[in-house]
Amino acid sequence: MPRFMLLLHEDPSAFADLSPQDVQRAVGEYTAWREGLAENGRVVGGDKLTDEGGRWLTGEAGSVRVVDGPFAEAKEVVGGYFMVRAADYDEAVEISRSCPHLRYGGRIELRQVEDLGG
Amino acid sequence: MNGGARSAAPAVVRSSVDSVFRRRAGQLSATLTRILGIEHLDLVEDVVHDAFVQALRTWPYSGVPDNPSAWILSVARNRALDILRRQGRWRERSADVERAILPGADGGEPRSYFSHEVEDDQLRLMFACCHPALSRDAQVALTLKTVGGFSVVEIGRAFLTGRATVAQRVVRAKRTLREVGATLDVPSGDRLAPRREAVLEVLYLMFNEGYAACEGEDLVRADLCREAIRLAELVAAHELLGAPVVHALAALFLFQAARQPARVDADGELVPLEKQDRGRWDRSALRRALGHLRLAGRGTEVTPYHLQAEIASCHSLADSFEETDWRRILDCYDALAARDPSPVVALNRAVALAEVEGPEVALRALAHVADHPTLRAYEARWAIEGDLLCRLDRGREAAAAFAKGVELSRSQPVRRHLARRLRDARSHASPPVTADARGR
Repeated sequence: MPRFMLLLHEDPSAFADLSPQDVQRAVGEYTAWREGLAENGRVVGGDKLTDEGGRWLTGEAGSVRVVDGPFAEAKEVVGGYFMVRAADYDEAVEISRSCPHLRYGGRIELRQVEDLGG
Repeated sequence: MNGGARSAAPAVVRSSVDSVFRRRAGQLSATLTRILGIEHLDLVEDVVHDAFVQALRTWPYSGVPDNPSAWILSVARNRALDILRRQGRWRERSADVERAILPGADGGEPRSYFSHEVEDDQLRLMFACCHPALSRDAQVALTLKTVGGFSVVEIGRAFLTGRATVAQRVVRAKRTLREVGATLDVPSGDRLAPRREAVLEVLYLMFNEGYAACEGEDLVRADLCREAIRLAELVAAHELLGAPVVHALAALFLFQAARQPARVDADGELVPLEKQDRGRWDRSALRRALGHLRLAGRGTEVTPYHLQAEIASCHSLADSFEETDWRRILDCYDALAARDPSPVVALNRAVALAEVEGPEVALRALAHVADHPTLRAYEARWAIEGDLLCRLDRGREAAAAFAKGVELSRSQPVRRHLARRLRDARSHASPPVTADARGR
């Protein structure tokens, strides 16, 4: 079954109004979402990325430029990713649609992982 | 690489009815305020908020930890230590942080929550939030935000105010406290009573807002009532800060909260007092209320809260609507009116008067205050007038009154209830004898 990557883009300003009660609810929803996926054998994995801007490297005229990626000032940051199995994009969209991230933090970029065999 | 979240998330996180996180946030704010200083309330709020956001951003990947509270406290503690370090106060205060926010051994309950420290911290913060330099609205907002752990959105929703207005109120309140050099020292001697009075008024406003009939799953309002009760009992139990009047307020809250389970039926419709299934009233809340009422009687003072608590007890301790001691209730309203000739007291007194001397007398009494601007905007005033008119078979006039009530209702269950009474009045098929106007 194909794999799909859910890139969780976070809008830092979306967290500003969350209450502790919201967080409690959200965490419950995340747990239910992941359990649902696990029961159906859909979960491949997921990782949180560290809270900083990382590094941006560009090749320029024979050299490599390295700069710190934006974080504090960024409007949107990739917070982490999930990897799931789904029959096709339609199914992957259904899975992503119910991910609490959409209600509590930002948008999801969904990409299919290319199966290159071997 | 995390293959799968722990599937057995602690029950406390699964339950969204019990506001564990909100209470923890309040406790954390109080303790951190003591440590970092009330002049740094902004910073405290940031630390607490960020710790919860960090949980939200991390646990989806790592799974919910076995002790969610300890995890959050740990994040907050580390951040607080960082701040102290940057402020150059690490040496002097870090020991306080370590002592105050120490996750229990073996992931058990954080140690400080077994002690009186965190309760004292909350009392100090609450009394500070009720500083006289702040308006009542600001006191309420700040208390709910910092001690209560509510967000500005939740506060706005409960009080039907815009989020931005509440946020601004909180910002200005914190600034004012800094400007007047407010501290966490609770006023002593002569200055204690007035400050405590402000605290009680804030709690009264909180409870009233929470108690207003609400639609479905709006748990913020239920939380407001619970929080008001909790804080009232906290103050009441305190050796120095407690007083009989605080017990009176706690009794008032608990007598009313006890009736909560029967106020709304399975369809979300308001059940008037005389139709409520009293078997569903919360017996434990009634017991606690009675305990407080007794302690309230220990002083020499009879405050308005005492009288209101007495009235509430008459309702909540009657085995049936018919057995309600309306005479006693009326006497209490007479006493209240003598101290506080407010139109709202007169309005509520009219309801009792109707039971003791009949609707005609009550209507005449109501007429004295009916046109007061405060009452004209209050849906209960119209509901009560409508009810009295119904009892006198003046259906057309009753319908007009109920119509005004429907127009003014902020709460959906109340609106639907008054709409039903309106229909009944129009069809002259109104129930014979009721005092259900306020849907108590």
